[in-house]
Amino acid sequence: MIALKLAYKNLLGAGLRTWLNVTILSFAFVLIIFYNGLLDGWNRQGKRDTINWQTGQGQLWHSEYDPFDPYTIADSHAPLSDIVLKEIHAGNLSPILITQATAYPNGRVQNALLKGIDPNQKILQLPSADLNNVQEKYSAFIGSRMAEAAKLNVGDWVLVRWRDKNGTFDAREIQIAAIFKCDVPAADNGQIYISLSVLQEMMGLENEASILVSNENFSQKNIDQWVFKDLDFLLEDFEKLIASKKGGSMIMQGLLLILALLAIFDTQVLSIFRRQKEIGTYIALGLTRWQVVGIFTVEGGAHSILAALLGAVYGIPLFIWLGKVGISFGTPDMGITIAETIYPYYSVRLVIISLLIVVFAATVVSFLPARKIAKMKPTDALKGKLQ
Amino acid sequence: MKYIVLIITALFSTLVSGQTADEIIKKVDQNMSAENRIIESSMTIHGKRNSRTMTSISYSVGDKQSFTEYLSPAREKGTKMLKLEDKLWIYSPSTDRTIQISGHMLRQSVMGSDFSYEDMMDDRELTDLYTSKILNEELIDGRKAFVLELIAKVDDVAYHSRKIWVDAERFVPLKEDLFAKSGQLLKRTTLSDIQKIQGKWFPMKMVYKDMLKQGDGTELHISSIKFNQQIPEYIFTKAALKQ
Repeated sequence: MIALKLAYKNLLGAGLRTWLNVTILSFAFVLIIFYNGLLDGWNRQGKRDTINWQTGQGQLWHSEYDPFDPYTIADSHAPLSDIVLKEIHAGNLSPILITQATAYPNGRVQNALLKGIDPNQKILQLPSADLNNVQEKYSAFIGSRMAEAAKLNVGDWVLVRWRDKNGTFDAREIQIAAIFKCDVPAADNGQIYISLSVLQEMMGLENEASILVSNENFSQKNIDQWVFKDLDFLLEDFEKLIASKKGGSMIMQGLLLILALLAIFDTQVLSIFRRQKEIGTYIALGLTRWQVVGIFTVEGGAHSILAALLGAVYGIPLFIWLGKVGISFGTPDMGITIAETIYPYYSVRLVIISLLIVVFAATVVSFLPARKIAKMKPTDALKGKLQ
Repeated sequence: MKYIVLIITALFSTLVSGQTADEIIKKVDQNMSAENRIIESSMTIHGKRNSRTMTSISYSVGDKQSFTEYLSPAREKGTKMLKLEDKLWIYSPSTDRTIQISGHMLRQSVMGSDFSYEDMMDDRELTDLYTSKILNEELIDGRKAFVLELIAKVDDVAYHSRKIWVDAERFVPLKEDLFAKSGQLLKRTTLSDIQKIQGKWFPMKMVYKDMLKQGDGTELHISSIKFNQQIPEYIFTKAALKQ
């Protein structure tokens, strides 16, 4: 208790020096929370968008299907069994038939995946219902990235070439019925969506699909010829991306923290040098050397408590404001799932962990120079002799 | 009535040409094929921005065995392709590896050109795959040509229909159009510079063009062709790829 009282008085007594240290440390503290909150916000939005636009709550893949091996796509299709059809009619599954195709917008060649999707599906936010409102049988909707790459607008016609189930070439002009905008490049880049029944007819694969997208009510996960992929699997790449970003950000955060801690370290060294008589007096009054070390350590560590309080003064309003307006990144097209505006997310866990890290680190750097006190001779300390 | 029209049309086309479409295709096969042949050629691939030319020498026995070695440019030099029946291997000197091209990989373009490995590999007889008929006769570069229409009679063909212009005297194809199921023209091959070599009429220049994309296609110039030569057996082995 004495240590806390002394620490409080000494800190306030140090005046500007204390406040400079506290300000720098609070800045590091706020920035650590801000950056991690930004990544957590990106993570939450990215996952939500991926689920809404691409993965659903899980997927059943045809046993041959491997999205990273284009050679598997032609053979990855199977008839929809009664069990699957029952789930589709209940709205728990949405079938998608996938085939490789080549689009020729204005004579240019663009590889694409032709995806047949049920126009009445409700699981994904893709504007499949737009296919119900068109007169033209061979109509498609595409994402804004694909539209930009192929220079296509709504109403344009594009020649698409594909192979049917026997490998025979076929080609047709397809009209663009709608262009959607989403934050998930994997649901957009190089993809052309047409009606499932039309693609099945084009391929000669009536009642067949390559993958089945599920909603949260789907529970029948062991179905012949289909392998269930849960969200942990489907979002694994995105999780790894965020983890790598967090890893990279730790270097910057660590450097910032080290700068702040260096200031505390210097302050401690200076305090111990200048306050030798005070140290000698404490020992003369009956405190053990380690009790004195404790006083100085608490004093140094208390910087972090003050930093947390100061950080809260300007950080909380800042975070609340940023949480409302978000941070706009324009229209980044880096091939990764990222929203135009990210709303940082600050969890209690994040704040507590950040606080503990700052307090612990500040205490350690306060303790390191204070250890010197344990080696001091009280009589020399009282005289203020250099030791 | 429909059948009468069909019969009259068939009779008319037979009378016009004096032979059936199948007979014409067989004559083309007889003219173009040989027990074996050695071809030295250069292939120019016209891209959007630039063109590149590669030279090669090919040895083939019938339709089932062929061996091609690329001689230039330096980047492709030493690349070899071996086709035995329905199998295809490629040897790349830069990696010193031989890989077998199979399944859907056969649909890839050959060295970035306008034709695929599959186009090279399909050695089935046209008469086995397509039902053919003579549409009419046309003049191509001043030469009379039969226009044949071939419609697939089996499922597993890449092109649902073809149109072939065959020189009526020399029995050499002068032009070929390949169509999708929808009737969309996909590829066009133009054959020219017809020369008589060892008693066979043979086109020394061929231009393959993907009609859906921009560009001038792929040109193949045959600089030398020899029929019925002595080709060592070891050429058509996998071991020859690494030599």
